[in-house]
Amino acid sequence: MFNVRSASLETKTETKTETKTATKPFTKLTCLTAILLSSTGAVQAANTLSIESWRSDDANIWSDVIIPAFNKSHPDTKVNFAPTPPTEYNSALQAKLKAGSAGDLITCRPFDTALDLYKDGHLANLNPLKGLEQFSDVAKSAWVTDDGKDQFCMPVASVLHGFVYNKEIFAELNLSVPKTRDEFFKTLETIKSESRYIPLAMGTADQWEAATMGFQNIGPNHWKGEKGRKALLSGEEKLTDPAYVDTFKELAQWKPYLGRGFEAQKYSDSQNLFTLSRAAIYPAGSWDIQTFNNQADFEFGAFPPPVAKAGETCYISDHTDMGIGINASSTNKEAAQVFLNWMASKEFATLYANEVPGFFPLSDHQINIKDPVAQEFMSWRQQCESTIRNSYQILSRGTPNLENQLWNVSAQVINGTMTPEAAAKEVQSGLKQWYKPQQ
Amino acid sequence: MKPSNQHDEKKPFPWHLVFFLGPGLLIYVVFSVYPLLDTLVLSLYNEQQGQSHFVGLQNFITLITDDTWSQAFWNALGNNFTFFAIHMLVQNPIGLILAVLLSAPKLRLSGTYRTLIFMPTMLSVVIIGFVWQLLLSPIWGISENFLYSIGLGQYFDAWLGKESSALITLAFISVWQFVGIPMMLIYATLLNIPDDIVDASVVDGANSFQTFWHIKLPLILPTIAMVSILTFVANFNAFELIYAVKGALAGPDFSTDLMGTFFYRTFFGFQLQQGSASMGAAVATLMFLIILVGVMLFLFFIQRRIQRFQF
Repeated sequence: MFNVRSASLETKTETKTETKTATKPFTKLTCLTAILLSSTGAVQAANTLSIESWRSDDANIWSDVIIPAFNKSHPDTKVNFAPTPPTEYNSALQAKLKAGSAGDLITCRPFDTALDLYKDGHLANLNPLKGLEQFSDVAKSAWVTDDGKDQFCMPVASVLHGFVYNKEIFAELNLSVPKTRDEFFKTLETIKSESRYIPLAMGTADQWEAATMGFQNIGPNHWKGEKGRKALLSGEEKLTDPAYVDTFKELAQWKPYLGRGFEAQKYSDSQNLFTLSRAAIYPAGSWDIQTFNNQADFEFGAFPPPVAKAGETCYISDHTDMGIGINASSTNKEAAQVFLNWMASKEFATLYANEVPGFFPLSDHQINIKDPVAQEFMSWRQQCESTIRNSYQILSRGTPNLENQLWNVSAQVINGTMTPEAAAKEVQSGLKQWYKPQQ
Repeated sequence: MKPSNQHDEKKPFPWHLVFFLGPGLLIYVVFSVYPLLDTLVLSLYNEQQGQSHFVGLQNFITLITDDTWSQAFWNALGNNFTFFAIHMLVQNPIGLILAVLLSAPKLRLSGTYRTLIFMPTMLSVVIIGFVWQLLLSPIWGISENFLYSIGLGQYFDAWLGKESSALITLAFISVWQFVGIPMMLIYATLLNIPDDIVDASVVDGANSFQTFWHIKLPLILPTIAMVSILTFVANFNAFELIYAVKGALAGPDFSTDLMGTFFYRTFFGFQLQQGSASMGAAVATLMFLIILVGVMLFLFFIQRRIQRFQF
């Protein structure tokens, strides 16, 4: 019941500093293991690929489903999926890369962590890779240099945002899925006045939900997705512009529809309120689907963040979470490229999306997903424009950190302890302090 | 008889001291003194693009004068003083009262009470945090119904989620956990007071309150002073409870941020924020200095004036 996304990121930053200080004394040891490993590597066939990953949860899926599928078309290449637990991944990978004992394929975290690896020369440039044609620029944005020229990892999976709702409660109260903001708030009002259910299952105790499931979920409709995100990066738009203030205003309107004492409600509380049928709507990340499939005994559906007027273009947060790259010092780059090209195929996308529901392939292929709610989430990519969380690329490199500030002010706006205007002003002045284009 | 000869005949080098103290000293130096000195040195450096260079006191100046840092720093320090004040005003008096009650000769089952009150001290802070969050939860908790049953229902609120009450609530949870320590220390001292003195006061006509006030309290003052300084050091190093309950961002709006959580965020980074070892070391150094000054003031103004009694 732990949030995959924030858990993985939290450890990312922690382990990073650890490695800086910790690698030195271990160099001798890692060199030794490197020698040992390379000597065993020499015995193996030339066409053996080893994949470094933090998804130890998926180890069985790789060995039972994905690798056998790859071997059907490429029987000569042996693939070995070698995951490290998520909390140790970054530091273990750093040490292995330095010692030269890392696998041929490296699973990449989004943005700065992977970018640092590329800058240090650990990841190969993927520009010539054919498979990359299958991905949109948004999908690739997490693993490209700041100038947009060099691609160093190929996108693998993303998580989507939207709202999950309890179909039984909706049927009981004769509600239909809201499409516009007015309808959304009318629905919330009906649930509040005509039933004992909590309209919206979210709390602000953990703070990140307010930003991730709140601000980044409904925001793209206000700032027009990628257009707004890029304008923020270039400095054309400011966080004090109406788009952002309006996002905060909409968030502030959620307050009356949250459960009593939502200020002390944690992420797992929100999940439980929803799976126990005490709440009707849940602002969701697609990774919640697996939890709900296991715990909820009612039927649930999903709808994208409502737009201002019916028929308007909708924007969804389609956040890039996982990529894969080639170890720059791999002796087996050709086979690695073959494998990456296969990972860009429709076959891989279909396999992955169905085995790990809630983590969506990023390629442009039309694929069939069996899980109905995951399918619903996925279908929005056809109707809406995709964007990623606006604080993730570049904008969270400095101090104060935009992502952390967004957590804080979003929670305060929902709590009613800060006005939307003040929230926008605070994040803008924070960003202005260190980000040149915003000065 | 030359004087130098006499000198030579003096004691041989005390090897046994090296033998017995050496290992302890070595461990202490390697794992305590060296890291501390290294932290002090690290706080004088700055790192940029993997290169670190000497910047003198710049990190401290940034920490105290730059708005981005100073706001968080003063806020954390202020919260730390509130946290400490609540412990001094609540934990230690309650510990004292409990100790006095426990040492009453007529009390039955005193051993059981002692164990029960001391028990939370030995539990993991993560469990404490989890249990209290459940108890106080507005959604699942039992505290709301409990308050209703004694007619105080309207005062219930999401205490852990409100800026105005989160820190105080956490301080109370910490008090609940650690009240056993002052209780045990004071209790042990009370038991050491010879019966003759107490008997003499009774013979002189003092009632039990007068006996406590004029005889026992002065005798346990050194212990209370020691308890206070232990509380001070522990509170200014506090971190785990806040981290377990509120996370490293110490919400809402940093209202529960202590020096410990501030240090953690700075040194290790949090979420997308990258950690900074040198700024973190600067925060750690300031924490060390604050504790050092506190302890020194205590030694200078209080410890020297305390009279110890030999029984």
